[in-house]
Amino acid sequence: MTRVLRRPVFLIGLVITLALFAVALLSLVWTPFPPTRMQIVQRLKAPLEFGLLGTDQFGRDVASMLMVGAWNSLSTSILAVLIGASVGTAVGVIVAMRRGLLELVVMRGCDIVFAVPPILSAMMLGAFIGSGRFTAIIAIAVFMVPVFARLTLSAALQIWTRDYVTAAIGMGRPKARITLAHVLPNISNQIIVQVTIQLGLAILTEAGLSFLGLGMPPPAPTWGRMLADSQTFLGQAPWLALMPGLAIALAVLGLNMLGDGLRDLLDPRDNS
Amino acid sequence: MGRMTFWGSATILRSAAFGLMTAAGLFLTQHGAEAAPKTAITVGMAIEPAGLDPTIAAPVAIGQVTWQNIFEGLTTIDKAGKVQPQLAESWQISEDGLTYTFKLRQGVKFHNGEAFDSSVAKFSIDRARGADSVNPQKRYFASIDTIETPDASTLVLKLKQPAGSLLYWLGWPSSVMVEPKSAADNKTTPIGTGPFKFSGWAKGSKVDLAKNPDYWNQAVSVKLDTAAFRFISDAQAQAAALKAGDVDAFPEFGAPELIKSFEGDKRLATVIGNTELKVVAGMNNTRKPFGDKKVRQALMMAVDRATVVEGAWSGFGTPIGSHYTPNDRGYKDLTGVYSYDPEKAKALLAEAGYPNGFTFTMKAPQMAYAQRTSQVLQAMFAEIGVTMNIETTEFPAKWVADVFKAGDYDMTIVAHAEPMDIDIYARDPYYFNYKNPAFNDVLKKVEATSDPAEQEALYGEAQTILANDAPALYLFVMPKLGVWDARVKGLWENEPIPSNVLTDVHWEE
Repeated sequence: MTRVLRRPVFLIGLVITLALFAVALLSLVWTPFPPTRMQIVQRLKAPLEFGLLGTDQFGRDVASMLMVGAWNSLSTSILAVLIGASVGTAVGVIVAMRRGLLELVVMRGCDIVFAVPPILSAMMLGAFIGSGRFTAIIAIAVFMVPVFARLTLSAALQIWTRDYVTAAIGMGRPKARITLAHVLPNISNQIIVQVTIQLGLAILTEAGLSFLGLGMPPPAPTWGRMLADSQTFLGQAPWLALMPGLAIALAVLGLNMLGDGLRDLLDPRDNS
Repeated sequence: MGRMTFWGSATILRSAAFGLMTAAGLFLTQHGAEAAPKTAITVGMAIEPAGLDPTIAAPVAIGQVTWQNIFEGLTTIDKAGKVQPQLAESWQISEDGLTYTFKLRQGVKFHNGEAFDSSVAKFSIDRARGADSVNPQKRYFASIDTIETPDASTLVLKLKQPAGSLLYWLGWPSSVMVEPKSAADNKTTPIGTGPFKFSGWAKGSKVDLAKNPDYWNQAVSVKLDTAAFRFISDAQAQAAALKAGDVDAFPEFGAPELIKSFEGDKRLATVIGNTELKVVAGMNNTRKPFGDKKVRQALMMAVDRATVVEGAWSGFGTPIGSHYTPNDRGYKDLTGVYSYDPEKAKALLAEAGYPNGFTFTMKAPQMAYAQRTSQVLQAMFAEIGVTMNIETTEFPAKWVADVFKAGDYDMTIVAHAEPMDIDIYARDPYYFNYKNPAFNDVLKKVEATSDPAEQEALYGEAQTILANDAPALYLFVMPKLGVWDARVKGLWENEPIPSNVLTDVHWEE
């Protein structure tokens, strides 16, 4: 417990992240106003003049939109990271188990995926299957796979050289069994840390995709589209850009701090 | 100490230089104030045309640079939308409406020195109507049977069937007079008979024009020596350029929401006029449930046009009830035919067999007006239980391929830019897939007469049929948001045809 308290980075990250999740979950049952209801007469009202954070060009409540946007952003990002992490981890441990030519092929494959930015792959996907939430999830997940594959491969390879693994091999245990019983549990900390950090990145990418119109279609509010829509109103209604911008920045900051804190906390070498 | 001296003398030098500059500046400004008014103008446009020949490509930006500035036609269209003589001094129409005899103006020279006569006029029209013509309005010349040139100043058009709008069509940018030697190169170096000569094109930036000293029309005195069209696509950058004085005028400013930011700026004048851009939500009339007239009418009644204008275009724009604008002759205000009434809309939907509404997809182009209008419509349709999903499509390429050519859509939104294009509903195929023989008959009658009053009455009938049938949802006419230096005079307030006519433009003294 004292170890936790001595790490402000972790604490701040945790608080921001928990608040983000709380707001997102709250939006499922309650928002100050229906987020898609347009009241054109109330358009472009400043914060506190109408609602907590003002209204957009259609007279929709910005605070309500941000709340639902938090849920849309988080749910999309979490799904994407979970898919990416599961596939990437599976690939990583299997390659660590087999090695040889497979390792070469998979790692060069990762390089290729890395070379294509997720925005580009989302645009290509969008051209094939149409843009929308599914496209965004797949595009982000595809980008996550090599991250986790590389991480798990290098971590798993270290585990494979440990004495207890050598002992298990010596006792004739099948490799798949060893992977499940020894390798995965021992690298899980690193995967958890990476999931947290990648979640922040996923939120940023999701916002970028919906900024470009490749995310969830309207009327579902997303932070990225709110930001995109606010551009021409920058002079008149700066809060329209400021609010979703702050939300994105806070969410990413919180998750990154949490990830950093977790890494320090879970580091077995750190015994201070 | 040496250091100190050096520093001191530098200060003296600097202040001396500053004093000199201030004096020079004062002198210059005084000089400027006393001198004659400016004779150059920079006009901003959002879209740069790909070429500068209005007779071979459709984009309105071409005409907005060249029409009436570089190129002129046999007839022209004035700022009230009326047909006026130009390179044809006068004309006579035979009783049966099948023979048009034009008396051409003498002494007109193209910018390259070639003379304008009946053979040039014949060449221009033949080029536009020929088999391999790519003229965007080729169908306008379809009624012409033969062209005769009895002498250098007479042109006779013999028609296959009466074409009551022919004189109007001949005033369009796509009907301008071009000269045989230079016609092929007009795309890059346009040569016309207008008050301005083409002088240069910095691709991606601007087109430069210079005054034509040998302009034939002595009745007008062109005050500008040079003019430049600068292309700035981003609305924020347009506003910044106006405020900084980099651009003197933006006749079609791109962002209504930024208009407010010019208020209080005494140097700039904001002039709101009408365009011909009809924002229309077209429906695929052959696709269920839009084949049912009641469904279309119900959707029309679900729309509060004033709110659409407010939400999509910051309250600038005029609601319309048919495919016709207040600029057009014979305009009827038909917004009351199916005015906003969600209760009636629901009842009509139930009558049509959709008591619980239905779901469809809107293919909305990426332009701000289309995106915002779709979102407002989405909320309005939700009120009567109709779910509209919005799919963003890319304009023009993807939209033209999917919606316009293939007709693969439920509903779409686009601003129809061509003036008096109500006849698109009589075209087959056309992306609305609207078929109404009664409507086609009315339009045939319009062409059969050349009496303006009768034509206007018929156009009124055509508008009414569309308002009742609602093959598309008629929303609003895009405003012409003109922002320019308050001292600039002579720019058109309204836009009966997309253009930037500079003939009368001058700086006030």
